[in-house]
Amino acid sequence: MSSLPAAPASRPISDRLAKRASRHVKERIIEAILFAAAAISVLVTLGIVYVLLKESFVFFSQVPLWDFLTDTQWTPLFDDAHFGIIVLLSGTAVSSLVALLVAIPIGTTVAIYLSEFASPHAREIAKPVLEVLSGIPTVVFGFFALLFVTPLLQRFIPSLPGFSLLSAGIVMGIMIIPIVSSISEDAMRAVPMALREGSYAMGATRLQTALRVVLPAAISGIAAAYILAIARAVGETMILAIAAGMQPNLVWNPLEPAATITSFIVQVALGDLPHGSVGYNTIFAAGLTLMIFTLAFNLLGFWLQRRYRERY
Amino acid sequence: MSLAAEEIALIRANIAKRKRGDWLFTTLGVLCLVIAFATIAALFADMIITGWDRLRPEFFTAFPSRRATQAGILSAWVGSVLVMLVTAVVAVPLGVAAGIWLEEYAPNHWLTDLIEININNLAGVPSIIYGLLALGLFVYSFGLGQSIQTAGLTLALLILPMVIVATREAIRAIPQMIREAAYGLGATKWQTIRDHIIPYSMPGILTGIILGLSRAIGETAPIITIGALTFIAFLPPSPITDTAPFLNFEWLKAPFTVMPIQIFNWTSRPDSAFHQNAAAAGAILVAMTLAMNALAIWLRYRLRKNIKW
Repeated sequence: MSSLPAAPASRPISDRLAKRASRHVKERIIEAILFAAAAISVLVTLGIVYVLLKESFVFFSQVPLWDFLTDTQWTPLFDDAHFGIIVLLSGTAVSSLVALLVAIPIGTTVAIYLSEFASPHAREIAKPVLEVLSGIPTVVFGFFALLFVTPLLQRFIPSLPGFSLLSAGIVMGIMIIPIVSSISEDAMRAVPMALREGSYAMGATRLQTALRVVLPAAISGIAAAYILAIARAVGETMILAIAAGMQPNLVWNPLEPAATITSFIVQVALGDLPHGSVGYNTIFAAGLTLMIFTLAFNLLGFWLQRRYRERY
Repeated sequence: MSLAAEEIALIRANIAKRKRGDWLFTTLGVLCLVIAFATIAALFADMIITGWDRLRPEFFTAFPSRRATQAGILSAWVGSVLVMLVTAVVAVPLGVAAGIWLEEYAPNHWLTDLIEININNLAGVPSIIYGLLALGLFVYSFGLGQSIQTAGLTLALLILPMVIVATREAIRAIPQMIREAAYGLGATKWQTIRDHIIPYSMPGILTGIILGLSRAIGETAPIITIGALTFIAFLPPSPITDTAPFLNFEWLKAPFTVMPIQIFNWTSRPDSAFHQNAAAAGAILVAMTLAMNALAIWLRYRLRKNIKW
């Protein structure tokens, strides 16, 4: 035995173990690659923040922030340029409000119906069909709003112009129904059965149970659904760009045409602006405003959803 | 006890009233569902009826034209296919890899939390913001131009959260004992993932990929922002060539248009003849996204039915 030469310390003891060692290196490399893929999502966020801040910084070095917030005119491409973001915010707010007035009542009713009243079979069919609504391309919804819904509305409101926040908002609201209904329904279905049974045992009907027991118990999940719906409405682009017109008016009347933050960005992007001009930087300032709003709504929504999850 | 009869009648009336409430709400619920379904039906019917005359084979083989009746969607659907190709090639490996890392490797610390919160937030970012990202970063900083590769990359980033979430959900449904059995036979972590986790979660991952692509194919806003042209009467260079190496990547840098942009362009013209074209192209686009959605729903259904761990 002692006649065998001693193996150098660095040499592996057997071939199988040698393979093991190389396998270990390979495992590390693969893990590193997978981690890099996950980390890319953070890079995307950093990229968004970087681009928006960098171009907005150039914008705000030419346009005072105070003017941006208080001016009541939005004419960034005219010689006499005004940059009052409030004009675009009013269009965004009015169209979102119309959308929510459609989506929230209908979406909530559908959620209550599907969660508390409908048979499992009906629910199995209704849910995927509802999801179709959110799968239809928004450019098609825009076409539908402009050439089907607007003429339909003009029969009831003859003074309605060809472009209006009302018709765009209604179609946007219908598109958002599945967001409200499916998240609210999940929240209501997570309410423990014992609460419903207790309510039925006291002699309450389905409706009473739904409205006074299940709905309050699921309220934070439902609120999260509403907030995600708001975020979606504020960020919606093509329906508004097509059906709401692109005139920057300071409006509070949904019967008028107006531009929103998103439709303004589309309008400028279509116009082939030279890179580095004020107009070019303006869309990033508008985008930053939009990002701040949707981020706030999204964070609020996630916070509510998480809070509600911990309750049961 | 003559009062009892009256009381019973009162109670019965009360019960009847409350049952009517139930009935009324059921009607209301069905009505709300009908509004949603009627919108889908009206939209689809409107597209097909308006665009019916244009839904002919020539529509697919003609370039856009100034004459509405001769215009087609050749450059648009070819552009859509090529952009989707780039999107899938970028989003699928990245999304699946990220999903695997988060589900199988992620240690329990702040970095993981940061990535998770970040992915949730990205899912809520409006698509036009991705367009601004692409314009500022891809077009001007990286110099990728207003090209197919820029559009494909942008849409890939847009659907990345969807692919990641679907991958994670599919992986989470695989019971721990599968992994333990693989480890017990001496497999390494990656062998377990490659030979067991990925194949078993494939239907779920595919569902996410298809839903993501069906969203991407209908997205307009992020592509308008990077400056896609709206009138293109030529095709990008062919990806396959006669001479070696038979593959050509020039098409990645080509200007392009896609279906939603073509629809937007036709919709925003005042001439109603172009609206017919928009409706026809819209019907095709809706049919495509619906087909993809149906495939995803079918996959999910099959998945739920066939696998019993």
